[in-house]
Amino acid sequence: MPVILETHGLTAFYGDFQALFGIDVTVNRGEVIALIGSNGAGKSTFLKALAGLLRAPAQQIVYKGEPVGGMAAARIVGKGIALVPEGRRLFASLSVEENLLLGAYCSRPGRWRLDTVYALFPVLKERRHHPATALSGGQQQMVALGRALMSNPELLMCDEISLGLAPVIVREIYAALPSIVADGMSAIVVEQDVQLARRVSKRFYCFQEGRVSLSGASAEVSDEAITQAYFGAVS
Amino acid sequence: MNVMNVSKRSFEIRRATRASRVAVVVLLIVAALVASFPYWAGRDTLRDFTQIAAYLVFAMMWNLLAGYGGLVSIGQQAYFGIGGYAMLVLANYGGVSPFVAVPIAGAIAMLIAVPVSLVAFRLEGGYFAIGTWVIAEVFRLTVANVSWLGGGSGTSLTALQAVPRSLRESLTLWLALAIVAASIGLLYGFLRSKRGLALTAMRDNAVAANSQGVDVKRARLGVYLVSAGGAALAGGLYFVGSLRISPDAAFSVNWTAFAIFIVMIGGLGTLEGPIIGTLIFFLLNKFLSDFGTWYLIGLGTLAIVVTMFFPQGLWGYVSRRFGLQLFPVGRRVVFLDTGPSVLPAPKESAESADPLHAAP
Amino acid sequence: MSSLVNILLQGVLLGALYALFAMGQSLVFGVMRLTNTAHGDFIVLLVFVLFVLTNWAHIPLWAAVPLLIAIAFGAGYAVQYTILNRVSGRDPLPSLVVTFGLSIVIQNVLQEVFSADPRSLATGGFESMSVALPGGIALGLLPLLTLAVTVAATLGLQWLFGHTPLGRAFRATSDDREIVQLMGVSPRRTFALAMSIAFVLIALAATLYAMRTAVSPSDGPALLLYAFEAVIIGGMGSFWGTFLGGIALGIAQQAGFYFDPGWGIWLGHVLFLALLTVRPQGLLPKTA
Repeated sequence: MPVILETHGLTAFYGDFQALFGIDVTVNRGEVIALIGSNGAGKSTFLKALAGLLRAPAQQIVYKGEPVGGMAAARIVGKGIALVPEGRRLFASLSVEENLLLGAYCSRPGRWRLDTVYALFPVLKERRHHPATALSGGQQQMVALGRALMSNPELLMCDEISLGLAPVIVREIYAALPSIVADGMSAIVVEQDVQLARRVSKRFYCFQEGRVSLSGASAEVSDEAITQAYFGAVS
Repeated sequence: MNVMNVSKRSFEIRRATRASRVAVVVLLIVAALVASFPYWAGRDTLRDFTQIAAYLVFAMMWNLLAGYGGLVSIGQQAYFGIGGYAMLVLANYGGVSPFVAVPIAGAIAMLIAVPVSLVAFRLEGGYFAIGTWVIAEVFRLTVANVSWLGGGSGTSLTALQAVPRSLRESLTLWLALAIVAASIGLLYGFLRSKRGLALTAMRDNAVAANSQGVDVKRARLGVYLVSAGGAALAGGLYFVGSLRISPDAAFSVNWTAFAIFIVMIGGLGTLEGPIIGTLIFFLLNKFLSDFGTWYLIGLGTLAIVVTMFFPQGLWGYVSRRFGLQLFPVGRRVVFLDTGPSVLPAPKESAESADPLHAAP
Repeated sequence: MSSLVNILLQGVLLGALYALFAMGQSLVFGVMRLTNTAHGDFIVLLVFVLFVLTNWAHIPLWAAVPLLIAIAFGAGYAVQYTILNRVSGRDPLPSLVVTFGLSIVIQNVLQEVFSADPRSLATGGFESMSVALPGGIALGLLPLLTLAVTVAATLGLQWLFGHTPLGRAFRATSDDREIVQLMGVSPRRTFALAMSIAFVLIALAATLYAMRTAVSPSDGPALLLYAFEAVIIGGMGSFWGTFLGGIALGIAQQAGFYFDPGWGIWLGHVLFLALLTVRPQGLLPKTA
């Protein structure tokens, strides 16, 4: 299967503080991969670098054969990479529908439009004119996901969609994932819940203090190996 | 630096720097020199010093408000004017000696600042700034419409007419020196104290400071009042020196403009900033103001360039580059085995994540 | 009684001009939280550009105004993109100082080039035409035109912000300038575009202002204060609010002028402060 995204020794800094120390990750077309790891391990930082919110050297991120590291975020979404950011980050001045419409600002062709997003999450259609932040946490997450889909990405990145949501809502949202990626969309899913991450993904990478400590097929690697990689060796 | 090893090395906490110790000595010498001016210096020098003193104190007060209180105001000239007019009224109509009237005017301004703050604090940020300007305009227009204060064309300080000129000029100079010394001393002492530290915390992050027990509202009010009182001292002093007052001169927004330039040159939120800034500004003023509009164009451009490229002010840039702090209000850890260390310059850590500075 | 009605009507007409001054500021502050202390000076600057076009280049007014608008659009974009984008952040001090510096530069450059004398625009008598109402009240045609332009501008801005993709982008950028990039919106370009539109409004205001009175290089600060007061009285975040705020200010000033010319402006300022004390959120605050 051809590769859609590759990172080569990706490093990232917040000012003087180094958050990523050389990450090598590969995403194949149509694949769902998971990133797991504890708080502060660098997962969100990684996604931000891919999305262009954080600077990275150009050659360290290669998307469809093109080096895109350091490219402005507004251009990257035009290339087909969409991020559902951590904490939803909906626009408070906009209604549900306006948030979704804004997602289509870069107008890439594809099957995701208002009606298809509403078909995926019918409850949003009922509340389309409400201010987006007036919805429940789960519904807001649906809006955030829908907003990212509206740009018709080829690579969808989800940063901790389950954060702060009840398990039943999380299940409902992740139940929609297969239909989202059914037509060949690739996805990177970041989760702290390891079992959930393994269930929805084909392969995974475990992050620990800015490095990849373990990677492999989600169904095959043992729980013990993951626990060790997750928390790091005891010194 | 490996954090684990710090506790094993011997260190002490130092407040003064070598540069600051030198600065204190220099300042004392300068103060003594200035105090002796009336005995040998020319009239112009005396007038110059009084003017410098007024600019300096006003700029220091603006710096206190903006740099430590986090309140940017374009309306402090209101208190400058109140100081001038209060002094004049007390002196001309109240029979009080103008030199005594100046500190009283300062107190009056602080009293007036209390109800004014109730209105002004309804606004925040940039709109607070313009709101204070509106308030200053109200004062200006009110005074300009009151004929017994001289109306729009102003009036003269008659209370000093009986005093021989040289005595008047000497007393004015010593008053100026006293006000400057008191302002610097009080501000320095205040900023080194716990309350001063609270102010710095508040300026950097009001919400965090609040959670640490700093009463942000009271602190802001306190800074506002002190700044008002100090501005009035500067105003009263200035008009004792010039002997004539008018609403346009007293309440002109140019005072704040000059304070902003001084602080931009000198750097916001330091004590030495306004001093250095005022000296440079005054020199520029003296030699270049004959060029009128071009001088002002130059000043305006300088302010734009300095703000865009040297957000710490010119002196701030120099002081960080070379580790010079003349009025240190912080504390440094000095490791006794290797000698004093220079504080590293803080980088703009948000740069890499700021969308406005990323590639277009 | 008719004098009361006259004060009201003239106040509304005066206020319409103030509201037009204020629209650009309302837009800029709403989208990028920028306090532009040179706002009034930009109005005056564009007035003098108009003078150059009509008096020196001898372009007739009907052609000069669209040209002015085009120039203004480009100038606004350039000013924001090159200078003001660097200071459009959360900290109000840099934007205040930079725009303050701009204000001083503009005033003095204009004074250097044009001298401090006030000058006005020749309109061939239009500025003195009026329509007569019963009760001896005369409504000037120019002020009525100003009212029409202001209402149209308010409607236009309201529509732009509420119903267009650009308007959504404006509102979203103002909410969260980091995340809006994920949708393909560039904050730098968006801010520049907002400033261009604000400059177009300033150009309209400048034209109507110059037709009405003689303008001198130092008029800027007064106009800034009126614009700002209109925005605050009306309530931030609402263009109709700004419109109402301008009207209220105009009526207050007109009432003050009626009693004594010296107190006209004063009464406007005092009304502003009084409203700020008792209803700081303004007349029509945004509910969101």
